[in-house]
Amino acid sequence: MSTTAIPTNTKWWNGGRSPFNISYGKVMMWYFLMSDAFTFGAFLISYGTIRFSVNHWADPNHVFNAFPFAGHANLPLAFVSLMTFILIFSSVTMVLAVHEGHKMNRKGVEKYMILTILGGLAFLGCQAWEWTHMITGDHAVLVNGQIEHWGTTVTRNPWGPEVMHNGQLVATPGPIAFGGYFFGITGFHGFHVFSGVIINLVMLIKTRLGHFDQRGHYEMIEKAGLYWHFVDLVWVFVFLCFYLV
Amino acid sequence: MSSNVSSPEITHAPEHASGTGRIWKTFWVLSVLTVIELGLGYLLYYQHGKWGYGPVISTKLVIAILTLLKAYYIVSIFMHLGDEIRNMIMTIIVPLLLFVWFIAAFLWDGDSWRSLRNTDAHSRVPQTEQHQSHPVEKDAKP
Repeated sequence: MSTTAIPTNTKWWNGGRSPFNISYGKVMMWYFLMSDAFTFGAFLISYGTIRFSVNHWADPNHVFNAFPFAGHANLPLAFVSLMTFILIFSSVTMVLAVHEGHKMNRKGVEKYMILTILGGLAFLGCQAWEWTHMITGDHAVLVNGQIEHWGTTVTRNPWGPEVMHNGQLVATPGPIAFGGYFFGITGFHGFHVFSGVIINLVMLIKTRLGHFDQRGHYEMIEKAGLYWHFVDLVWVFVFLCFYLV
Repeated sequence: MSSNVSSPEITHAPEHASGTGRIWKTFWVLSVLTVIELGLGYLLYYQHGKWGYGPVISTKLVIAILTLLKAYYIVSIFMHLGDEIRNMIMTIIVPLLLFVWFIAAFLWDGDSWRSLRNTDAHSRVPQTEQHQSHPVEKDAKP
């Protein structure tokens, strides 16, 4: 889309111009995000390694099958799809805010930043509900010959292999790594969403105060946008690794 | 256009297209890809226990490829990386290629770990890996 004429044989490294034709702040945001991608990647790969190393892993379609106000209805993938669409949509409103920023349209930036922040808060609300549902869950588990009722926490996994007990199929405790990875990685992602909401709030306030109009450009919105899209990008992979496969 | 540029050293501002058509098109692409992923996810759910290892792992691979496609659209269009100059794109993409080996090596390692445990380091056949009285338990592992 960049139609700006760049003369052929431009000497990018001779000084006087940005070698990547991009501002310092944006380059550094990209490199930060790359390092963050390695952090998330390391977490997810570690999760994959542990999951491949055990004989039984919780089936996501059984663990994540609840929906708010739907009682005990079996709705696999439904709630997480809602969360996914919320985040995709907030990514769209973010990129629209950047677009309005290019046009120096302050009212437009404000409108789309507010929508993006609301999307982020909606996502965080969904995650809070999901965590609460997981932790306070109540699943029959056979422990030392006794039936106990467990939620999913970092020390308890009621989603182990099923065995026959008094003529009924009952789950046994599974590897506790399940809760550790689930809460650890979705928590780290959720913290990114949270800090993204804070950054977007700061950007909204600065837009309102007219700081970017005085500066003559809305590049800060672009940088905040990069971070926000990265949060969406990570969720795409969290969605894949924890819920879909 | 000049209003977008924060420094005289930069001659280029990404995405100064007047319309938002490309953004909405990307939104629909991402939504459709997500819906296909969900469809495959439900397929796996309803075929659970009926399919063998091969179809399950192939479906999961297709889902993973669709995820990479979504990642491409987010990074290229929403983050405008596709609009940057080639040198910039390469400084981001080339380091990330390390992931190809990370994923292969670590998943391989996990699988090897499991097999070593199930066979006491290949000193026995892996029959007794699951001490369950319930033989229909399907292997829910990917």
